[in-house]
Amino acid sequence: MTFGYILSIATFASIYAILILGLNILTGYTKQVSLGHAAFFAIGAYTQALLITKAGLTFWSALPLTILLSMIIGVVMGLPSLRVSDDFLVLTTIGLNFIVMGITEYFDFFGGAMGIIGITMPTIGGKSIGTTGYFLITLSFLLLTICICYLFSKTWGRLAMEATGEDEDAAQSLGINTSIYKMYAFALSSTFTGLAGVLWAHSIGSVFPRNFSFEMSVLFLSMLVFGGLGTIRGAVFGAFVLYILPEFFRFIENYRMLVYGGMLAMIVILQPNGILGRGGLLDRCILRLVKKKAETQEIS
Amino acid sequence: MLLNVQDVEIAYNRIKVLWGVTLCVGEGEIVSLLGANGAGKSTLLKGIMGIAPLHRGSISFLEKDVSKKRPWEKAKMGVAYIPEGGRVFPDLTVEENLMLIASLHKEAFDVKENLDLVYSLFPVLKERLQQKAGTLSGGERQMLAIGRALMSKPKLLLIDEVSMGLMPKLVSEVFNTLSLLKEYGISILLTEQNVPEALAISDRGYVLENGRITISGNSEELLGNEMVKTSFLGL
Ligand SMILES: Nc1ncnc2c1ncn2[C@@H]1O[C@H](COP(=O)(O)OP(=O)(O)OP(=O)(O)O)[C@@H](O)[C@H]1O
Ligand SMILES: [Mg+2]
Repeated sequence: MTFGYILSIATFASIYAILILGLNILTGYTKQVSLGHAAFFAIGAYTQALLITKAGLTFWSALPLTILLSMIIGVVMGLPSLRVSDDFLVLTTIGLNFIVMGITEYFDFFGGAMGIIGITMPTIGGKSIGTTGYFLITLSFLLLTICICYLFSKTWGRLAMEATGEDEDAAQSLGINTSIYKMYAFALSSTFTGLAGVLWAHSIGSVFPRNFSFEMSVLFLSMLVFGGLGTIRGAVFGAFVLYILPEFFRFIENYRMLVYGGMLAMIVILQPNGILGRGGLLDRCILRLVKKKAETQEIS
Repeated sequence: MLLNVQDVEIAYNRIKVLWGVTLCVGEGEIVSLLGANGAGKSTLLKGIMGIAPLHRGSISFLEKDVSKKRPWEKAKMGVAYIPEGGRVFPDLTVEENLMLIASLHKEAFDVKENLDLVYSLFPVLKERLQQKAGTLSGGERQMLAIGRALMSKPKLLLIDEVSMGLMPKLVSEVFNTLSLLKEYGISILLTEQNVPEALAISDRGYVLENGRITISGNSEELLGNEMVKTSFLGL
């Protein structure tokens, strides 16, 4: 196993962690289940790809534009959530995958089935940064995302989102404008997911419609549910574990959908809060360890 | 008049549940809404709060027409609603449940004063601030639901079956507390299966039958009414 290989795995795992943190805001906090995050991911990646290859912008100058557009499209795509019930929202988000895949495949502007190639690595001070440099950039963005998510989790905004997710009627009668909070959640969620798309596009160097299939959306939801809905640590943990495991056990690759789908079902039944979520398997183990340590310290 | 409900009709999937309901609640009044299961009591409260849309009719609060206002707008105007079963947010702590509304509208509410009122009415809650609301006992959960509603210092409190699942002793305690709220300038419209207890603290009452108001009057009149006696008091 070469250093370059490990570096590339770490880079992709960090990118997915950013994405899952974004999904967590929508599905973890407001409980709006999305099976369409591959579409938001695609929007970030394609926008960046077009801005770089067609408009000739650089990584840094295209980034804010892409982020802004991701946020706007997130809000627009979130509008149906104000009208339909939660179950139908899932169907709507599933539809997003096919709409985005269809559009990117059939319009030449988006490169069609041939995709867009030649998305160059970012440069700093005119110098190419190489894979190590790119990993560091990705890691910085992950840390930044974690910081923002952490700060946000300490605000009343997060509580209003959770209240909206837990009981919309009760939240409304307490004076919470649930429509606004649902839209905030979509905006934040698609922003981080778009950022993940940007980082992914540069890292691969090309984008194709099939990179953003419905399967990917299932994988994303599995990552979040596996790690623990509604927690930052769970989101990061789920993304890392579920991305890295198949890399080491290549044979899983062929049964990916079976494994992820089966796991999603199992987790929902056996560990509804996720492995590292509140009261999850690992969470309890860690709590017990911490307690034991505290006890032994007290004795000694 | 604090609350005026005029000729309200509400339907679920085109099936009418309320037929031309008219009632009012004055400042400082406690009013009971009685009726058999399925009569439409919860529906009426939801309609007043704005959770169930009106099919016809109008609702005014403090002489302003609020028929088309969304629940959160009414909440800010001073209407609070305690749904059947309390429906506190189970994954939030007691403190978070209480503080949520006040923190979102800091300019509107005096957090400390309201919190003091809640603690003085329900000292238990103060001991359980960091506990998840979902792990509270049924009675504690009801108290939290009332406390949460009081945090906005409402002018009108809509309460749906506050006594559900409470032991008799607690029921009278909760009713006592509700009658205390009058002194804080809070008016109440409540639905209740415990008819004698409800009428004991109420000024007036209405009887809802199959979505229509059939009897209304002050509490003594209702207690003496033959129909109320046979249907609700088992006399
Ligand atoms: N969401 C809904 N969809 C369809 N029908 C409903 C809905 N909610 C209530 N109903 C119907 O409306 C009627 C009135 O219901 P409501 O809950 O208002 O009665 P209630 O007087 O509160 O009864 P209870 O004393 O049992 O709480 C019932 O026949 C009920 O089946
Ligand atoms: Mg009811």
